[in-house]
Parts: sequence; structure tokens; C-alpha cells
Amino acid sequence: MLEYAKSNRREVIAAAVLIVLLATYLGTHPRGASTYVMTIWANQCLILGLAACAQFFAVVVRGIDLSVGAVMALTNTIASYLLDGSAGGIALGMIAVVGAGALCGLLNGAIIVFGRIQPIVVTLATASIFVGLALLLRPTPGGAVNYDLADAMTLDVLGIPTALIITAVVVFAFWLPFRRTGLGLGLYALGSSEQAAFQSGIDTRLVRLAAFTLAGIFAGLAGLFYSFVTTTGDAGIGPGFTLNSIAAVVLGGVLLRGGVGSLVGALAGAFILKTIASLMFFSGIPSLAQPLFEGLILAGAIAIGGADVLRARNKLEVFK
Amino acid sequence: MTNLKPPLLEMQGISMHFGATKALDKVDFVCKAGEVHAILGENGAGKSTLMKLIAGVLQPTDGMIRVDGEKVSLSSPKAALRHGLVCMFQELSLVPDLTVRENLLLGARDAGLGWLQGKGLDAAQQTLARIGGEDIAQGARVADLTLPQRQQVEIAKAIMKKPRLLILDEATSALSASVVEKVFDLIREERDNGTAVLFISHRFHEIEALADRISVFRNGRRVETFAKGAHDYGAIIDMMVGQKIEELFPPKPPSDPEAEIVLHVEGLNWEDRVKSVNLTVRRGQIIGLGGLDGQGQGAFMMGLFGLLRKTQGTTALAGAPAAITGPKAAKQSELGLAYIPEDRKTEGLILDQSIEENLELAALGRKDLDAGDPSLYAGSLEQLALKHGGLNLPVSSLSGGNQQKVVLAKWLALNPRCLLLADPTRGIDVKTKTQIYNILRKLADQGASVILLSTDYEELIQLCDETHVFFDGQIVASLSGDDLTPQNIIAAALNVSPSGGTAHA
Amino acid sequence: MIRTVSRAVTLDSLMPYLGAVALIIAGSFFFPQVLSVDYLTQQLQIAAFLGLLATGATIVILLGHIDLSVPWVLTGAAILSTAMVGTGNPVLSVLAVPAALAFGALIGLINGMGVAILRIPSMVWTLAVNSMLLGLAVLNTGGFNPRGESSPLMVAMASGDVLGLPLSFLIWIAVCVGLTWVLVRTPFGRYLRSIGFNEKATFLSGVSTPSVVFAAFAIAGMCSALGGVMLAGYANQAYQSMGDPFLLPTIAAVVIGGTSILGGRGGLFGTIGGALFITLLTSILSVMQIGDAWRNIIFGAIILAMLLFQTLRKGAAQ
Repeated sequence: MLEYAKSNRREVIAAAVLIVLLATYLGTHPRGASTYVMTIWANQCLILGLAACAQFFAVVVRGIDLSVGAVMALTNTIASYLLDGSAGGIALGMIAVVGAGALCGLLNGAIIVFGRIQPIVVTLATASIFVGLALLLRPTPGGAVNYDLADAMTLDVLGIPTALIITAVVVFAFWLPFRRTGLGLGLYALGSSEQAAFQSGIDTRLVRLAAFTLAGIFAGLAGLFYSFVTTTGDAGIGPGFTLNSIAAVVLGGVLLRGGVGSLVGALAGAFILKTIASLMFFSGIPSLAQPLFEGLILAGAIAIGGADVLRARNKLEVFK
Repeated sequence: MTNLKPPLLEMQGISMHFGATKALDKVDFVCKAGEVHAILGENGAGKSTLMKLIAGVLQPTDGMIRVDGEKVSLSSPKAALRHGLVCMFQELSLVPDLTVRENLLLGARDAGLGWLQGKGLDAAQQTLARIGGEDIAQGARVADLTLPQRQQVEIAKAIMKKPRLLILDEATSALSASVVEKVFDLIREERDNGTAVLFISHRFHEIEALADRISVFRNGRRVETFAKGAHDYGAIIDMMVGQKIEELFPPKPPSDPEAEIVLHVEGLNWEDRVKSVNLTVRRGQIIGLGGLDGQGQGAFMMGLFGLLRKTQGTTALAGAPAAITGPKAAKQSELGLAYIPEDRKTEGLILDQSIEENLELAALGRKDLDAGDPSLYAGSLEQLALKHGGLNLPVSSLSGGNQQKVVLAKWLALNPRCLLLADPTRGIDVKTKTQIYNILRKLADQGASVILLSTDYEELIQLCDETHVFFDGQIVASLSGDDLTPQNIIAAALNVSPSGGTAHA
Repeated sequence: MIRTVSRAVTLDSLMPYLGAVALIIAGSFFFPQVLSVDYLTQQLQIAAFLGLLATGATIVILLGHIDLSVPWVLTGAAILSTAMVGTGNPVLSVLAVPAALAFGALIGLINGMGVAILRIPSMVWTLAVNSMLLGLAVLNTGGFNPRGESSPLMVAMASGDVLGLPLSFLIWIAVCVGLTWVLVRTPFGRYLRSIGFNEKATFLSGVSTPSVVFAAFAIAGMCSALGGVMLAGYANQAYQSMGDPFLLPTIAAVVIGGTSILGGRGGLFGTIGGALFITLLTSILSVMQIGDAWRNIIFGAIILAMLLFQTLRKGAAQ
């Protein structure tokens, strides 16, 4: 157990911070730890959490995905057309929404791999295209999502917020098994040392393509879940999510240089960010000062993570 | 040579061109099952390129490769692996952020992108234990392992793939003598089971111990292939360089014990890696630092260049106490230090920049020098005989040995009082070595002092006036004159007395 | 001098100029007035705002980093300068522009501190700095558009002209010429590129790498602040979020101009072309009354096409 905590230090710290924040939040919330409060909190967390998962897959292969928010906006607008009507139609619609996310990710990956252009630049450009497509679909916010489905996804099951159950499914049914596959290890290998991965016989192009496709899938899931929460389509939701997803993965212990971190960390980072924002809302800090405090806390958290280097006794260590 | 079975690997008319450079030029090469075939040659002779072709990392410009007589296309390491061709590279192929176990899983022959079976892990564990790696935890991150440990894992990973042809490219460069012996036992056993082994090393005694046959390469061509023992070292070296090298090392003049003291270190401590080290370096001396890998000698040298924080102890340069706060302070004429780091590719050079820009980088920060003046570098470049196609070409276009010459010339331009070198000849060909030895000796003759960290005890003996051997952060022996013998160095490195039976390499 | 020019002008950096010419020619088929002197000088004037931001961004990207605090450094500088002028105090009025530049430099130093000392990836740290600045601005202005106005100097910098050329364009070019000289001729310029390629080796060559990082971010901060001051002069006011739409076009202008996002390679000559190209593209798309949606799509597609063309050309050259 101690060994596990040591080798997953970053995730453990992130989880501990999250628990403290959540306890404070529930303690200060006027309505206490009710299912209602938990549900609203969990829904907000999961939207950013899924976006952070998307960002994680790009970052772990030493990339970055600036189109996460744009893919969310696009899938959200698609969802606002497809998630109403017959049960079968809705099911197909959900598949189509996530499939659209996967296609966006595949496009990013294909341009990065075959065009040999840096991910940051590619996704900057494709983000513009995706937002344009979203605007074509919904020039102004509108559309609808089946209320029963939206309720089922965003309320609770036996008092447990559905969003938390979805989080658990992502971690236990997807991530932990995935980590044991060749693709799962291959992502880390590619991000950690592309040359070593290649010489170990890994098809680096295929793995990178898969990483960005996974990023697209999770951005699509984030857009889908966002649709359940808001029940409308809006092409303008993107920018905030892209930048916050980057902040979230970093808070969750994922290194931007690639190869280090986990999906659990990315989720924890997102939950931390959202919990801070929620805490702020009930904290009694004047509302005008809240953005500043959020910024200060974000900067402080990141700076503490960076303070490690001040202890480095060998000046060359910091260049790793 | 009337073997009915086709050879395991046969290469015909292989050429490999990088732009205008011909790394390999119409090479024919045959490797048979059940023999250890050593490949010798200077850096840039084409050895590594040949290995990369066999391993599927590069594809030849021209020529044909046959495995078991069948023409094959080795388009990727994966394709090479399908034919049982496995390479252990100089640049390690382990993923630093994954654990030992995960690296072995990834390296398994049948590992795809799906679920990993973990077959062969136990065998890999046993292999690891056989070559002295029983202490390496499966859950340890590779980045946290020492270089020798990483090489051990790398070897276990290669063996785990059940190679039919195993390429060892400087595979044991960081291992201690006793571990190397265990690795060699393992390789001999593989050979006896019918595996072909291609072996690249710059250490003659290793080739002596392991090879059955030897091929010598020069300038992208295979010069000759012969059975071990057919030629003596001198003849082999002549074959490698294409000309006679009179002496590897320049003559060592008697050092003046009364010469002015240039550098004096008293009681240097750092963490628990460097313990109470004292050192005195006089004008015109070449001082060696020896010992097994990671015994504090490297850290000590970094400390001298101001790369370590919170060191204790005093350092005096030319009699005056010196506060060496970092490389920038160290290179100024008041201190006059220069440091040639161990890894020229990531620490010594900026590979994407031109030779010229690399040369100028150290001199730029010196107010008393005009870094743009080519005459600063011309002398040392000529003496080192840098081979280049133009100083405005990227330094990455040079071979390893020539790159190291650029690093040296860049620092010699500052006319340093004391030159610190961290294993400057590791992985470098014989001819470049002699050029480096000669320029170091010449610098010393002109009054500079040199501190040379080396893993090659020949250098510590033949070149150095005095050699300090490190063990566990301390200097355990200071050898000079007649005491400067291989036996004494090795015994001190292992921290046993020379008469003790274990001190045999 | 020839060495200086040949280092500054590469084939990659000529690409956006060719693209800009192609845009003008193509645009003139639909709208002949695109070829008018008035239209083109107006484009030069507007391009200067994006161009100044991209100039600072180029310095930071050459270093191998990125500055995501551009939007709120710009906005902050605009708020600060207009507020000082708005007080009516003549001394404060005169000091408005220098104070804004000092503000930009200060934020640059804070950026540099996180990157050079705490070793936080610039993408994250400058993002955090950006959100702190946003918070400060909200706290300071109460979330409303800040009161204040531009000084005549600021208006002249944004909208004046000299010998028929917009003053804003001349200021931008002057800044670029000065910084190009710094990049090519001073050790700082050499260090900047060297760090962009390999920071460790540069440090080991006896270069005080943190001071180079500090200086680069400070220069970038001042460029962003200058852009903010001039934008405030152009609009005669500062407003919340005035910087947000500039961040991505800024980065796009730099990479289209042939500067490698990985650092080390590139220069300001290409960035000038990149800023001109993007300004023209945006303008022509809006002149053609193309809707927001298609404008986004075409914008993204053209940037991708230019980048793909660059790598294809390099692939063919090898």
C-alpha cells in the first residue's frame, strides 16, 4: 500500500486535496451534504472531468489538445438535434454524438501524424473549424434533449449522484483494464520516450492516432454529458473548457512533458478545480473578488507543485 | 565454406545514404547462427548504421537483406522482430517513466496493442537474476535505476524476445567487470543454443573474451572478416584507421611536484554522495578520477563547476578562495574553469545549431573575448583535425567523435586554467581518442591543468600524472608513479586490497 | 548586413507574404476596392495591433515557451492607461503609456519567475497569471467596462499617419527592426535560440539561462502592453475581455510565419507576414459578408493548409 502511494504520489496528493476541499464545501454549504447538493456538484465536476480525460490522452503522448472545448461545443450542438424522440433514435443519437467526437479526434491525430505538425498548432486550427461547424448547426443556443434521459443521467440512483457512478465506471470499467493493454502502456511509452517506444517495436504512429482519437471520444462524452445537464445546444461553450482542462490535468499530477500521470489524476484535478469554484460561491468572499481568488488558488496550487525544484541539489536536475 | 544451409543473415550490396554522406557503401555482410561476430570500426565507420538496418530502424537506400536465404524487408523494429532480429541499442530502448515490469511486458515478442499476457516475465526475471540484477524491483521506475541497472534490464528484455540474432551495441559499457563476465556467460550460452550474436564494443579485452569472428569496418565499407586470433591488436587497429597509429598515448613527461598549485579542494561534502574529498591539482598536471560508475566522482566534478547546491568545503583557485556559483561564474577568466559534460548530445552541444554557433556559445559570455573571431577556434580545430563539410552545417551532421571535438574546441577557446572532462572518450573511436589525448597532453605542457574522469583504466594510467579512485563518495586511493597500475586501480575501485583475491577483473 | 538579412529571411518566412498577395488578388475579384490604397493602408493599421502581440509571442516561442497571458496583459494595460488619462491629471496622462509598458514588463517578470525559477511549464503558469489578471481587473472595475479615456498620444499611436503610412504600422515595424537586431546581433539573441533548442546545454556553456527567460517574457509583456495601449487608443476606451479574441490569432501568426512552436527556429520577419496574412484573411472574409460559422471554418482550414504546405515542402526538400 505504501509502495503504491509512493509510486502514485501525485494522484494520492490530488485525491487528498479533493477530499479536504469537498468536506469543506459540504460543511459550508447552507444545505449541507444533501443528495441535491452532491448531485449539482458532481454534474459540474464530471463535465470538466471528462474534458480533462480528453486532455489527458493528448498530454500523455506529449501533445496538447486545444480543440477539446471546440469538440465539446460541436458534439453539444449535434446532441441538441439528435437526443429527442424514440428510445432507439436517442440511443443511435448518443452513439452519433460520441462518434462525431471520435471523428474530430481522428482528424486531429491524422493531421498530426501524417502532416507532421505540432499538436498545439493543429488543434488550434481544427478548433476553429469545429467551432465553425457548431455555429452552422446552432447559430444561437437552442434545441432540446429528452428530459427523462437528461434527468436519469444528471440526478441520482439510490441517493448516489449518477455523475459519480459514471465517474466510477470510467475508472473501473475503462481505465484500470485499459492500463494493462499494449495500447495503454504504449501511450506512456510514446510520451515518455518516442525513440524507446519505437525501438521496442511499438507502432508509434498508430498509438498517437489512437491517443488523439481517445481524446476526441472523451471530448464527445463531455459534450454529451454537458447536453444532459443543460438540455440545449450552444456553440459558444468551448473556450473555457479547453483552458480549464489543461489546468485540471496539471493539478491532477499529469506532466505536460508526457508519459507521467493517469486518468484518475486528470479526473481528480478537474474535481478539485470545480470544487474550488463551488466553494468560492458559498464562502462569503465578495463576488467581485472571486475570480481573483480562483486565479490565486490555481496559481498557488501550481506553484506549490513547482516548488519541488527549489529543493533540487543538483542544478542539472531541473532541466529534465 | 560449403555449408548447405543458407546463413541466418545475409546482406548484399547494402548502401545507406544520408543526403550526400554515404554511411554504408555497397556492403556485403554475412552472419551465421551459433557464432559471436564482433564488429569493429571507428565512429562513423558505419557500424551503428548497419545495426540499425538489421534492427529495422532504418531502411537501406540500396541492396538486399536475406534471412535464412529468403529476401526480406525490415520496415520497422516490429518487422525485424518477426524474423527474430533483436537489437540492444547504445541509446537505451527502455521507457523511463514505466516500471521494469511494464517495460518487459511491452518488449515481449507477442505484445500488441491489446491485452498483455505477461508470458515470459518469469524467464526475464531469472535472466535478470543471472546477470546480477536480482535486486532490481519489478515495480521500480526505469528512470530511478542506475545506468548499469538499466543496461541489465535491457539485456533481460532482449533475451526475453528469444532472438535468433542478437545485436549488442556497446551493451555493456556501464557494467562492472564482474557483471560483464556474467553477461558474457549468458551470451555464450545463447550462442551455443544457436543464436547469432553481433557484438560492437570499443574495448579490446571484451572482444578478446567473447568474439568468434571479427569484421572490421572503415568509411562505410567492410574491410575484412577473419577469425579471432588471425590478427593481433596492432594489425586490427591499423585496419580500423587505415593507417598506422604509432602510439595511442603521447609520452608522459615527468610531472613537476613543486609546480604552482592551481586548484585546491579541501573537505568537499555533498549530500551523502561526496564525502570529505581533498584534491590538489598543480600547473601542467593531468589528474585522473577513477572508480566504478556513480561512486561520487561525477558529482565531485559537477561540484567543481558549480552545478551542485549546498556543498560544504573550500575550493581555492590559484591560491585564492573561489566561490563557484555556477557555469557562468566558472568560465570567467578569474576562475578559468571549463567542463566537458558526459553526454555530448544533450549537455555538450546544441545539435540543431551549426558547428560555428556551438563553438561560439561558451565564449559569448566572456567580455574579454570576441566570440565571433574564428581564430579563437582555428588552432584547436586544426590540431583535433575536425572533419566537417562547412562550419555552418548543423553539428548533428558530424559523427560522434567529431562532435566531441567541437565540444572540446568550444571550451579550449576560453583558454581555461583548469579543464574538467567527464569521460570524454566513452564510445569514441581510437583515432579520435589519440587526438584528444594528444591535445590534453599539449595543454598540460603549456601550463593548463586537466582533471579527467574516466572509466577506461588505460587512460588513467597512460595519460594521468596522478589518479584518485573513488568508492562510495570518498577517495580511497591516490595512485601515481609506479603505483599507477591496472591492478591497483581495479582493487581500489572495488575497495579491496590489491593482494586480496577478489580484485581480479 | 547580408548575413543578418539572410538569417532573418527564410523561405518559410516568405510564405505568408505570398499568401497575403494571393488573398489580395483573389479578394479583388469579388471586391475591386480591396486593391484601393485606403483599404490596404487600413489593413496595415489594423495588422499592427495583432502584429505587436505576435512580435512578443515570437520572442517567447523562440525561447521554446508560450505566453497565454497575452489577453489580460493587453486588457490590463488598456485599463490602466485609460484610467490614468481618465483622472484628468496631466502628469498621470503623460505617464499613462510608460506606466502601461512597465505593467507589461512586470507581468512578464512574473511569468518569467514561474518558468525560470519554479520551472512550471509556461503553458500552465502564464494561463494562471492570465486568470489572476482577469480577477484583478474584475475586482478593480466591478465587472463593468472601465471608465476612462485615451490620451491624444494613444489615439495618435493607433490612428495617426506619417507620409501616408499608418503610425501604428510604423511603430510595429520599428519594434520588429529593433528586436531583430537584438536577436541576430546580440548574445541575448543567440542565447534565446540556444535555449529554445537545448536549455541544459546552454546553461552548461556558462549562460545565465534564467535571466534570458526573464528578459524574453518581459519583452513579450511590453509588446502585449503596447498592443493594449494602441487598441485602447483605437477604440478610445478599454473594455473587458478586449484581449480574448487575440490569443489564438497571435499564435497562428507566429507559426504561419515559419517560427517553430518547439523553439529555436524562426524570426520576426515571418511573423510580420503572418500578422498581415491573418489580418487580411479576417478582413476579406468579413468584407465578403461571410457568416461567423464559415469564417471560422475557412480560417482554420487555411491555417492548416499553410502549415501542411510548409511540412510538405520540407519533406520534398529532404
